Amino acid sequence: METVFGSLKHYEKGGVQAINANPKHYVFSNVFEVASKSKPYEKVAVAQNIKYVLEALRTEGNSPWFAADHDEAAIVMDGEVEVHLIQPDQPAVPAGVEGSVKLAAEPKGKKMGWMKIHRGHMALLPKGAAYQFRSAAPGVMLMQTIKGGCTVEKWADICQTA
Amino acid sequence: MSTATLTSTASSVVNQEGYQTFKIGQFTFERDEYFAHILYPGNRHIMPIEAFLRALMRDIAWGFFYGTVNFDAVFGTINHYGTVEMYVGLNNEAYRANHQEYVETFQSKDLKKVFEAILADWTNEGFDPFAAPEETGLAYGRKHGSNLKAVQRQRLAAKRMVGLPGDLKMRTEEDGLPVNRQFLDVPQDKPELHPEPGFEGQVHAVNLFAYLSRSDVTWNPSVVSVVHDSLLCPTTEEHILPIIHGNDRVEWFVQFSDEIMWEIDDKTTGRPASKVIMKAGDVAAMPADIRHRGYSPKRSMLLVWENNDGTLPQRHASGELKPYPVEF
Repeated sequence: METVFGSLKHYEKGGVQAINANPKHYVFSNVFEVASKSKPYEKVAVAQNIKYVLEALRTEGNSPWFAADHDEAAIVMDGEVEVHLIQPDQPAVPAGVEGSVKLAAEPKGKKMGWMKIHRGHMALLPKGAAYQFRSAAPGVMLMQTIKGGCTVEKWADICQTA
Repeated sequence: MSTATLTSTASSVVNQEGYQTFKIGQFTFERDEYFAHILYPGNRHIMPIEAFLRALMRDIAWGFFYGTVNFDAVFGTINHYGTVEMYVGLNNEAYRANHQEYVETFQSKDLKKVFEAILADWTNEGFDPFAAPEETGLAYGRKHGSNLKAVQRQRLAAKRMVGLPGDLKMRTEEDGLPVNRQFLDVPQDKPELHPEPGFEGQVHAVNLFAYLSRSDVTWNPSVVSVVHDSLLCPTTEEHILPIIHGNDRVEWFVQFSDEIMWEIDDKTTGRPASKVIMKAGDVAAMPADIRHRGYSPKRSMLLVWENNDGTLPQRHASGELKPYPVEF
């Protein structure tokens, strides 16, 4: 029996069949559909629980450099991504700031290394480290993080409304 | 409504089918070859033994979980994180309308002890209440043996991320966890890691889908990644969620693979609210005012995402927070 995963090229979407409920309350979307309409590395919130979010990213080309003052996690849902890590000489993000912060450029610091991950792999983006994603072909990534200045909210555009 | 706060009062005798009978507070639990009997002042509730043991297994393993664990439309528990309400009819519209509900409050540790004893005694050799029906034997019959290894599994929870040194271990063949029969096509490769010297523990990634493919249990979320109170709790699902879960906060589902259909009912009355069909890549919130039960025809991978903030139940109960997570 085949295990069915989705991809940018092929996904099927379910949905909410309301009996006595408002479908909007289920905030229903699909990460592949969201990424198919996103700009590269746009961090689109697909789930929010108070201050925490899950973001869907379209991985394509090289991303800006990001950093956060807390751990984050990245799960590849489609495609292959390199994650390059630097330990900045100076903190890239002020203490207490929540969410991913986009850096102006590659920070000065020690190279920590890199990893190549593809569908089903989950990577740690450690607190304080600067990171850049590199993807030769379009893919999709799900990020566990905290809502921040880079988080894009467009719920009405991505979610089932009726 | 009847409510009493009691300390532990468990006791047991053995019946003619070989099973112990358990008492706590005014509740008595009996089993025969096919059914669990839950006796409470003036009445009794009956459940198929297989369904009862599957629900009991989750309630114990999850430490009474978040919010309400309905074993069926009548019986269940509500977690107050230190104490637990055990009830008959509390979340059933007809019982409530006719004042037939019955509730007692217990110290969590006391009820856990009794539940664990019931599960240990009533689970026969060959039956694993955590396994999919096709992967286990039957729960029925007179008492024959036990399956302590299955019912005493520890809950898996990463402190930071699965696979990190000193954290939750990845599942392996060597640990007796082969790839499940329904995930044989899931790649088992590992991420390429290229740490610079001194950063070996920090350049970290794992094959999460491979980890899930080796799960030997169903409907049992386990924490794999932690960002403060944000917990990624993926799980593998097959057949029917053995409980009807009414959360005391919003939780979220991301379908990693295959398909699950969710039946959603009103949390308090049990009236049908909606059905949610989730296919690979779909994301849906489960609002704080519903109860849900999932149906997974093929073993599937589901990400359950929880917010572990201990203030949320009270903030939802008081109306400070709306039951749904986003306004748009």
